[in-house]
Amino acid sequence: MVDVPAIELIGIDKRFGLVHANKAIDLRVGKGSIHGIIGENGAGKSTLMSILYGFYQADSGEIRVDGKPIHIRDSQAAIAAGIGMVHQHFMLVENFTVLENIMLGAEGGALLRGGVSRVRSELKRLEETYGLEVEPDAVIEELPVGLQQRVEILKALYRGAEILILDEPTGVLTPAEADHLFRILAQLRDQGKTVIFITHKLREIMAVTDTVSVMRRGEMVATVKTAETSVEELAELMVGRRVLLRVEKGPSAPGDVLLSVRNLTVKDNRGVVMVDNVSFDVRAGEITGIAGVAGNGQSELLEAIAGIRKPVSGEIFVNGQSLAKADPAYLREIGLAHIPEDRHHMGLVLPFEEYENAALGYHRDPVYGKGPFLDLDAMRDDAKAKIEKYDIRPPDCRLKTANFSGGNQQKIVCAREIERDPKVLIIGQPTRGVDIGAIEFIHKRIIDMRDSGKAVLLVSVELDEIRALADRVLVMFAGHVVGETVPNADEKTLGLMMAGIAA
Amino acid sequence: MSTASVKLPNWINYGLMPLLNLAVAFVISGLVVWLIGEDPFEAVSLMLEGALGNGEGIGFTLYYATSFIFTGLSVAVAFHAGLFNIGSEGQAYVGGLGAALAALALDHYVPWYVTMPVAVAAAALFGAAWAFIPAWMQAKRGSHIVITTIMFNFIGAALMVYLLVNVLIVPGKMAPETRTFLEGGQLPKLDWLMALFGMKLGPAPFNVSFIIALVAAFLVWVLIWRTKLGYEMRTLGISPSAAIYAGVPYVRTVIIAMLISGGLAGMMALNPVMGASARLQVEFVGGAGFVGIAVSLMGRSHPVGIVLAAILFGMLYQGGNWVSFEMPNITRDMIVVIQGLVILFAGALEFMFRPAIVKIYTRLAGA
Amino acid sequence: MDGFDIFVSILGSTIRLSIPLIFTALAGLFSERAGVFDIGLEGKMLAAAFASACVAYLTGSALAGLGAGIVVSILLSLVHGFASITSRGNQIVSGVALNFVAAGLTIVLGQAWFGQGGRTPTLPTTARFQPITLPGADTLHDVPILGPFYANVISGHNLLTYLAFLAVPACAWVLYRTRFGLRLRAVGENPGAVDTAGISVTWLRYRAVIVAGFLCGFSGTYLAIAQSAAFIQNMSAGKGYIALAALIFAKWKPVPVLFACLLFGFLDAMANFMQGKAIPGIGEVPVQIFQALPYVLTCILLAGFIGVARPPKAGGVAYTKER
Repeated sequence: MVDVPAIELIGIDKRFGLVHANKAIDLRVGKGSIHGIIGENGAGKSTLMSILYGFYQADSGEIRVDGKPIHIRDSQAAIAAGIGMVHQHFMLVENFTVLENIMLGAEGGALLRGGVSRVRSELKRLEETYGLEVEPDAVIEELPVGLQQRVEILKALYRGAEILILDEPTGVLTPAEADHLFRILAQLRDQGKTVIFITHKLREIMAVTDTVSVMRRGEMVATVKTAETSVEELAELMVGRRVLLRVEKGPSAPGDVLLSVRNLTVKDNRGVVMVDNVSFDVRAGEITGIAGVAGNGQSELLEAIAGIRKPVSGEIFVNGQSLAKADPAYLREIGLAHIPEDRHHMGLVLPFEEYENAALGYHRDPVYGKGPFLDLDAMRDDAKAKIEKYDIRPPDCRLKTANFSGGNQQKIVCAREIERDPKVLIIGQPTRGVDIGAIEFIHKRIIDMRDSGKAVLLVSVELDEIRALADRVLVMFAGHVVGETVPNADEKTLGLMMAGIAA
Repeated sequence: MSTASVKLPNWINYGLMPLLNLAVAFVISGLVVWLIGEDPFEAVSLMLEGALGNGEGIGFTLYYATSFIFTGLSVAVAFHAGLFNIGSEGQAYVGGLGAALAALALDHYVPWYVTMPVAVAAAALFGAAWAFIPAWMQAKRGSHIVITTIMFNFIGAALMVYLLVNVLIVPGKMAPETRTFLEGGQLPKLDWLMALFGMKLGPAPFNVSFIIALVAAFLVWVLIWRTKLGYEMRTLGISPSAAIYAGVPYVRTVIIAMLISGGLAGMMALNPVMGASARLQVEFVGGAGFVGIAVSLMGRSHPVGIVLAAILFGMLYQGGNWVSFEMPNITRDMIVVIQGLVILFAGALEFMFRPAIVKIYTRLAGA
Repeated sequence: MDGFDIFVSILGSTIRLSIPLIFTALAGLFSERAGVFDIGLEGKMLAAAFASACVAYLTGSALAGLGAGIVVSILLSLVHGFASITSRGNQIVSGVALNFVAAGLTIVLGQAWFGQGGRTPTLPTTARFQPITLPGADTLHDVPILGPFYANVISGHNLLTYLAFLAVPACAWVLYRTRFGLRLRAVGENPGAVDTAGISVTWLRYRAVIVAGFLCGFSGTYLAIAQSAAFIQNMSAGKGYIALAALIFAKWKPVPVLFACLLFGFLDAMANFMQGKAIPGIGEVPVQIFQALPYVLTCILLAGFIGVARPPKAGGVAYTKER
């Protein structure tokens, strides 16, 4: 029985334009096991599972279910093959009841009446078998997230899923809810179901899986028995031995506190607390790094400091001044510059010409024109100077920003924010999707900022980057700053802190 | 692999595709003409003759174009800020009230060039006021501006009919319209401009509003591409998240963009009310607000494109009149059909040919 | 006329004026609950009115007219579907365009075919939907109160009127009791949920716009060959937009749609009735108030002052699979 895997993927390959999302992936998932797939964001886990669930077609490769090769053309085919999926963003109709959501697509006839009673009795049976209690007539949007997720699981089971894929299922759960989920998964396994569990959280892999596969940059780099591995080994596999980032930098000379965060609590758009009572200081002439696995509240923290997201409670001080109702425009005025995490979403207006983006956020400054007018010549001269200084290619300030490469786009943002000579610079993921050459350049600029006495707050999920640049490291986990350490602390200590296990 | 992410050169995006869309709209219009038993080629030549054949035709063409420039600019300004204002029709209607009040109040006392600036301001003010409530509802209460501006077209129409029938009507007369403005409340015709080109304007009501429209087009160009406010509007229109990042105030920008949009729509009223009929009449807008949508779409929301598209639609209107006169089988409502087809193909089906063009382009570029 | 007669007469015309609104608002309901905005209701109604009048004139059959109205209205729906579902175009722009095409084409073709200035020839009564006198209306006529009420309000309408009142529970039943309805409501809220359940979002939305076309076929037919005896230029006269307002006012729910349409129909009837009449103590109420009231009420609702009108979440957006 062990010999015939529930799922076997052979040479699965998928490209999206220039992005090679999955490179010749092989994977065997044993029947009746919980198989973890771990990897950083963008490693290709979700793409792989979307292919398995028929959301995308692989460019090449073969999928076998119970040893038989099958062609999964669409989600219907996946469902028919006994594959169920719990998506990271729930695929539920929020103003429907639990019952209606479970029925959708499996109504069992043109009229709903017959189906309704069948769903009710089947729900009762599933509840008894797996301990998955839920009120069938409750409306989804009135249920807590944990229960909504349970509905997703029930949806899959109701359709007769033998193989259940969960994509980052704990992202929205409290630790207690997550533990409950793990117990349910164990029970499903004990009843003979196969579970594929996708996550980037090491603790969860150790807690719940039997086998774990590690993905890195589109490749499947290892598959090991969970009992025979350790958090450290997995962390190393996940991150990989990268080219060591070497940045020349002298010792720091910390000065006054320029940015101060006190008891800050921030919620995300769904109302989930993402930053929970966080306090820290950032000093002049120092780079404070915030390390942590993505999704532990770093994004919301940055947005709150930048005036984009209103905190629930707590205070932020820039240069000793409290920023109760500061908006981004005012923050720029008092010398806080922000290189955002996502340049496509926030940092740039992609259809704009380069020079227009070179002034984004600072466009009200009189250097770009008197009174209500824009002085395009001044804007273009300014952009050209930055293009020259930052070696942005192609050196054409009239080119649409969308036509620049990722590295050059990021340089446009960096040039804009750094050249304003701010007192405080906050940076999110400065080198995401950026080529090696540009990484080096951007890192040097950040060090220069520090050396000229600016306070720098650096958020990055790239541990190497934090280690290379930061003078002190704060580690965030589940909305808390769980500890502070030095950048040359050993990887094991940092890994444990990032996994929420106190060092 | 989808074709959505393939980049095409500008001449295809801004040249070939719009022309292709326009061509399809005209071919289908031609089919309609053929279907009702007339010769589409003859209709086209009649249309060109009527619209451009003599001074009077050109005068009428430009008279219609004037109205469309205003409403096209109105739609475009809102569109740059990411707002779809289909209320230009109603804003123009209410703007007419402003223009008429200015003319009625001043025509006894001052010459037209004194009345004009007051009328321009009043028309813009009334139009902007009519755009304000939908703008406020969008900015503050999140009410869908498309729906609210539709509703305000009808509310505006009811208001104007009430005022014309009960308040502004000349006592003792039946027609729901104001008295005829004296010369001090009329915008003079541009005979001299036509004379410069050796043409006679005849009875065509081509008037000073055309110049005001061109000035407005220039000012809109300045606003959108040369001012900080325009920059903020474009940022908001393309990427609301980048606008938040850049500190662009949402409520203020939405409201100001709609006030300008409404003001431009209101100024459209100058042309028919003060330039042509010299009185305020029921339904004087006659769909020009909706033509503005087509003009703005075709002109890609750029003032130069809008002026050109407005002239094209002006030709369509005037030429259409001529065609219906020469070919009694074709009524002037054929214009409305063409207009609808242009909006359909240049607007809603904008990308219909994209996948095919991408395929051909990549094959040619690859070879 | 005494008060009661006036009351019965206003009620009767309320019903007559509500019928096209009911069909059209229900049409919009199907389209918008599936996530496809439809401001082209007006155009579909008009095109259907024209087609039904033409075919009824040619065949002499009201039912053939109805069939033609439905077919033409569905064709327009399919164009709207192609633009907004397949080509992912702007749904508002598409709706505006189709309204123009319908407004122009009905007149152009009408003039070319019949040469009566865009009108179609007046239909003989046999080619129209005739008032149906319900059993007992004549015998009961002399019974006070009940008699005139039965004769004028309940009885004496045409087939389409009764169909409109049946359409409301029928639509509610389809929406809430059938598989199609469940999926349709789901696709307007979260097309991702429908897609991951293995159902085609595209085909589902196409079916929704086809139903919308089907229902607009009835309202257009009603205008031309039940309420009138010919197609007249622009005879829909903004009713498509009032129906849209009624749909929003009813918060996109079928039974409230009935009441919203009756309310707006009543305002229309009052506008007609109040013309030139003075209310003691208030004086003459301008008819325009009654004409504007449906839109004013809808705006007040939209601003969130009377409960919250939550439109279908995925409305107006073409579905794209996310990575």
